[in-house]
Amino acid sequence: MSYIIDRRLNGKNKSTVNRQRFLERYRRHIREAVNEAVGRRSITDMEQGERISIPEKDLSEPRFHHGSGGRRNVVHPGNREFQAGDRVKKPSGGEGGAGGRDASDSGEGADEFAFEIDQREFLNFLFEDLELPNLIKRHLEGSRSFHRRHGGIVSHGLPAKINIVRSMRQASMRRRALTAASRRRLRLLEEERDALLGQDQSPERNERLNDLDTQIDRVRRRIERIPFLDEVDLRFNHHVKVPVPVSRAVMFCIMDVSGSMNQDMKDLAKRFFLLLYLFLQRNYEHTEVVFIRHHTSAKEVNEEEFFYSRETGGTIVSSALKLTLDTIKARYPVEEWNLYGAQASDGDNWNDDSPGCAALLEKELLPRMQHFSYVEVMPRSHQALWEHYQSVQERCGDVFSMAQIDDPGDIYPVFRRLFKKRMEVA
Amino acid sequence: MTVADSKLISSGSDWDFETLAEYDQAIAELAHGKFGLDTYPNQIEVISSEQMMDAYSSVGMPVGYNHWSFGKQFVEVESRYRRGQMGLAYEIVINSNPCIAYLMEENTITMQALVIAHAGYGHNSFFKGNYLFKTWTDASAIIDYLVFARHYLAECEQRHGVTAVEETLDSCHALMNYGVDRYKRPTPISAHEEKRRQRDREEALQRQVSELWKTFPDMQPMVQRREPSRRFPTEPQENLLYFLEKNAPLLEPWQREVIRIVRKMAQYFYPQRQTQVMNEGWATFWHYTLLNELYDQGRVDDGFMLEFLQNHSQVIYQPPFDSPYYSGINPYALGFAMFHDIRRICEAPTDEDRQWFPDIAGSDWLATLKFAMESFKDESFIQQFLSPRLIREFKLFSLMDDSERDYIEINAIHNEPGYQAIRNRLSEQYNLSIQEPNIQVYSADVRGDRSLTLQHLRQHHRPLEADTAQEVLRHLHRLWGFDVHLESVDNGSVVERLSIPSHRLD
Repeated sequence: MSYIIDRRLNGKNKSTVNRQRFLERYRRHIREAVNEAVGRRSITDMEQGERISIPEKDLSEPRFHHGSGGRRNVVHPGNREFQAGDRVKKPSGGEGGAGGRDASDSGEGADEFAFEIDQREFLNFLFEDLELPNLIKRHLEGSRSFHRRHGGIVSHGLPAKINIVRSMRQASMRRRALTAASRRRLRLLEEERDALLGQDQSPERNERLNDLDTQIDRVRRRIERIPFLDEVDLRFNHHVKVPVPVSRAVMFCIMDVSGSMNQDMKDLAKRFFLLLYLFLQRNYEHTEVVFIRHHTSAKEVNEEEFFYSRETGGTIVSSALKLTLDTIKARYPVEEWNLYGAQASDGDNWNDDSPGCAALLEKELLPRMQHFSYVEVMPRSHQALWEHYQSVQERCGDVFSMAQIDDPGDIYPVFRRLFKKRMEVA
Repeated sequence: MTVADSKLISSGSDWDFETLAEYDQAIAELAHGKFGLDTYPNQIEVISSEQMMDAYSSVGMPVGYNHWSFGKQFVEVESRYRRGQMGLAYEIVINSNPCIAYLMEENTITMQALVIAHAGYGHNSFFKGNYLFKTWTDASAIIDYLVFARHYLAECEQRHGVTAVEETLDSCHALMNYGVDRYKRPTPISAHEEKRRQRDREEALQRQVSELWKTFPDMQPMVQRREPSRRFPTEPQENLLYFLEKNAPLLEPWQREVIRIVRKMAQYFYPQRQTQVMNEGWATFWHYTLLNELYDQGRVDDGFMLEFLQNHSQVIYQPPFDSPYYSGINPYALGFAMFHDIRRICEAPTDEDRQWFPDIAGSDWLATLKFAMESFKDESFIQQFLSPRLIREFKLFSLMDDSERDYIEINAIHNEPGYQAIRNRLSEQYNLSIQEPNIQVYSADVRGDRSLTLQHLRQHHRPLEADTAQEVLRHLHRLWGFDVHLESVDNGSVVERLSIPSHRLD
């Protein structure tokens, strides 16, 4: 006797818990692999999963084994040329003991355990322990953000939303209430009849009994006439639409594209912007990016132009900051948006301009923004802009941070440092 | 042959549930009727490849407790499967009553029929008939027991935290191969009993342990009068997990229960580890025989047979030792060849066979085959039935590797003087008690520093792999709670000593 069962519709993710436990256990290894991947990857494929390799010895489940040494006998198939008594020299190192036993483990390095994590897990590890400073500012955004919440029980509604338990309870209550008097009456009549039945036969008794029977009958019918379920009993689940606060952010990418910025520097900057963008995306439901590039004058451009078109000329940083301020005023009301700024530059600026930049930043931009970060992509000594910004940082350390990036390997550590979860900001 | 041929069960490669049932019916009639195989009822479950990966990583069991090592296995299987480095097995079958076999939905009808014959009638009858399975496992209770274990461990995790449970499990897993009684017959697992008695056991055990470890001498007058040289345990114990469960001084009651669960699992899988060649060989022999029989009856067509034979020959392919695909002897190949050979010896014996197998040459093949299946394990099966003809066919040869010498000696090949030697050595190769280091509990210092001493009896001077041994000892130390020593004994004298904590090395 056989039973054939279709189990294909059963859940397929039975191993999820075990998988999570495994990832948890090797968190440290995976973090390392992720960090390394960030340095290695090009910017465009940051949003992919990653292949993780863990040294086999770190996650082995130890058992007692025989080691090499001693005397052992192995039987193998496929002999062609050997005769009994033949002697074969051991391969140097004396490791030939097991014969061909492990020979076919080629392909993956046998001492690496490799597997993949998906994009979400990758980003989780990437941004673990990081937090946006001054995060919360919410705005009730228009139409698409409603959430249906249970809104109690009502007596009118669609048949599909009928609440059976409550309806039946209601019906039971109604039946009890409406029949209470009749049932009491019935009980009295029945008691009287039982008492009469115990007495001796007599004409009056029989007459009374008949009378009682008809009365009991009538009362019973009255009780039965009360409907089991009436329309007034029906109860319906009610749902209300609650607007959900949607948090949204806009990120201003400001980059110097003057002649002194070469493509490598722009690449460094781009990676930094990208990390910031991914990070914002994870924290906000809606993230917009505004690209502003500048040399002596600033301009809002699209992404392609921002990263790849070449410009020459001098540098006036304040032009970009002014444009940012204008854009905020025009399009991104402070009470509705979380504003972030990231500026990348090689540090060059007209000397006269730097104090103005610092002032503009401190007086106008920072009060409006959640955070502003400045990275200098230049492996050489700092210029006036850096010094002025430093004084800003001293005064507004919680919303402003700055760092220097020399090569791609620096980006991620710097990024982590800038956004490291702060225990207490206050 | 045309589709219109009424005897055909199916044509083409698609399957549906009716055809599955028809194949099952046809195969069952042959297996039970013509060949008299005794099986548990079959529960054939059709699953997707994702579910197959889940099944893989829980050692094939439909339920299991949670542990990271299963996750590791899952991640590995998933990653290799996704990259196309490995195909999934066509089937997994569970020794339970009813016998659960998984079919993958991607398979063609030919493969499904093959799996039904292989798992549902081959493995199934092996589970029901082989003496090891009869002795060691209780097919009707295993699923219930797994459910019990899963719930119990989940409860422990809630009460004591995931980490604590995980650590205990890690340690138990490290000793899992030493959680079986090799010679004693175990009591079968019964889930209802387990659940009912588990609470009582917790208390009773704790009491017993406390008794053993009492340190106030006047409360234990008997102990004081004992001979001081008397060892505890009085005889070496091979079942390390059992010993720990009953005697480890510091374990909490729930930890003892966890050890017990792992021990029971080890016990359940022990017969499978001992009968790989036989089990796979038997199942392969029967899918081959049953499907050929169907073909002879005209119930499957040529296309079916071609696909079947192609798969079959892949399964039983044995690459030679110098092939890049070689990874030891293929149990399917050896097992199938041996059962096939036994049938040949019964039906058409040569003079050589009469000389080597006087008892079975010319006997009834079905009865002989069943006898072989029921009464042996790999080691004794090979010892008993590996014929010179097969040794020649496989071109088996035996290597001797002695660390004392700088060469490897070929000490037997597939010729007249070598047959017996090869048979013995191959048989030994499947003897778990020789393949696994022989480690036993030697003594526990009950009234001294409470240290535990294990002894490893070296066979053929083979040492332990020091690194992993150290790691396993660490796990043992976690369970025991006091110092742990491992002595390696060669030729009656201790040649090496490992200790945890290691600074106490003397």
